[in-house]
Amino acid sequence: MTEPLIRLEGIAKRFGTTTVFENLHFSVEAGEFACLIGHSGCGKTTILNVLAGLDHATEGYVFVGGREVSGPSLDRAVIFQSHALMPWLTVAGNIAFAVKSRWPEWSSEKVRAHSQKYIDLVNLGGAEKKRPAELSGGMKQRVGIARALSIEPRMLLMDEPFSALDALTRGVLQEEVLRICAETRQTVFMITHDVDEAILLADKIVLMTNGPCAKIAEIVVNTLPRTRTRHDLHKHPHYYRIRNHLIEFLVDRSRAFALSGASADYDPRNPPLVKPGLDPTEARAVEAPPERHGTPTLVAVR
Amino acid sequence: MKAVNVWGAPLLSIVILLSFLAIWHAATKQETARQIVDPEYAKLVGDAAATGQKSALPTPADVGRTLWSHLNDPFYDKGPNDKGIGIQLAYSIARVLMGYLLAALVAIPVGFVIGMSPLVYRALDPFIQVLKPISPLAWMPLALFTLQDSSISAIFVIFICSMWPMLINTAFGVAAVRREWLNVARTLEVGPFRKAFRVILPAAAPTIMTGMRISIGIAWLVIVAAEMLVGGTGIGYFVWNEWNNLSIANIISGILAIGLVGMLLDLALARLTKLVTFPE
Repeated sequence: MTEPLIRLEGIAKRFGTTTVFENLHFSVEAGEFACLIGHSGCGKTTILNVLAGLDHATEGYVFVGGREVSGPSLDRAVIFQSHALMPWLTVAGNIAFAVKSRWPEWSSEKVRAHSQKYIDLVNLGGAEKKRPAELSGGMKQRVGIARALSIEPRMLLMDEPFSALDALTRGVLQEEVLRICAETRQTVFMITHDVDEAILLADKIVLMTNGPCAKIAEIVVNTLPRTRTRHDLHKHPHYYRIRNHLIEFLVDRSRAFALSGASADYDPRNPPLVKPGLDPTEARAVEAPPERHGTPTLVAVR
Repeated sequence: MKAVNVWGAPLLSIVILLSFLAIWHAATKQETARQIVDPEYAKLVGDAAATGQKSALPTPADVGRTLWSHLNDPFYDKGPNDKGIGIQLAYSIARVLMGYLLAALVAIPVGFVIGMSPLVYRALDPFIQVLKPISPLAWMPLALFTLQDSSISAIFVIFICSMWPMLINTAFGVAAVRREWLNVARTLEVGPFRKAFRVILPAAAPTIMTGMRISIGIAWLVIVAAEMLVGGTGIGYFVWNEWNNLSIANIISGILAIGLVGMLLDLALARLTKLVTFPE
């Protein structure tokens, strides 16, 4: 089996005696879009920061492309929730700053042309000379996305990138991200609160229990076909099964898991991989025996 | 309605100015000169003494005439005790700018280091706290003794007094740079120099400029007092010299000039601050 692009091995974060999360294991393959869902306080942002190299795990290791992460790198571009644009630079300036950081030896003309390519990719043509303060929230986040993509990273790390936007703008940007990821086959690790966003974008959805001592409860495989649109996502038979499964997890099981502990056969090194989108017959056809424990379909189908 | 708003304040300002001038004029108006002494003696001692007028306070018209003569010929030089007000102001401005720029050269880099490093901040904090409240003029004797030159001592005093607001504001501005901008720089693997000049400096620039604006104000306040002490040249010396000459009209002209130049310096720094300020 080939090495996954991102691999987390037993990472934990503790502040003094408080454990935010511990013993987390999961991996993301190259070209895969993974979402992390969990309630506030379970350490989602910390995990992303550890992946980005901005923070350090108290225990455990993070490997990217087989190498251990020791600090931030241009390989891993971060899209921040607060967009984190530099307000004294224009749109073009913000992106050029990133491009110049990636390729310091490039001529300014080459930097400009390269920046322009990504400004066009996120449909911001015409706004190059504007400063962030003159942009709407959605446009600012587009700049954030263009800046992250412009350095041609091996993966994108997104920390609730659309949570500060209104629903309409969010939907439009989600489709843009879907389109861009389909075009570039970009590996993405994204944190979100939004179940629909996860179903729309992700190939797999990592579910975290409530903190403190948060764990990965299970990993949901999104069985919806990869070419999705917001428009007819909900028409697919898998959609509501996955959605119900996720909502039920967030409402009930995320807390129950934390309180009562996992079932006896829960292995934190191999969190259960579930496919709630399939109905029982499909699941049997797809999943080779032996049958996994806590068959997901039983939970998902009502 | 809008027109009233635009012109209301300037009109009121003019009314206040005119009433002030009127009261001043009424208070200093000379009674019809009744000579109470011998005309021969009056010729000798001049009008003011001859009429027994108690107040030497000039009327607005007197001050206006004096001001006019200064403005007509601001740069004359008739020896050490009689130079035009323009020359005196130029001396003061040159001293202020020199001390101020030297202070900026020291305070901004040091403030940068203090802002970046909590350790350096804690180490230097006691010194700053003790040095900051010292009146700049208290340094004057020490400066005169060590530097042995009155003009350089005045510059040193300006240097010392304009240092603290710049130092403290720079440190504060650098320390308060938003974490997310630094994180962007880190994920882009931006080197330390590029980070300092392309991220931290522009982010902290508005705060630094505010400190510089406070400093130039203090420097201009202090230079007048410093020049009264060291003498020789400068607008502070001019005012003190005219006090010795008992020429109240000249003193008032000097005071007005000090106010105007101070305002212009502040305006210039305000402009610069606006240039580096970014809307959030």
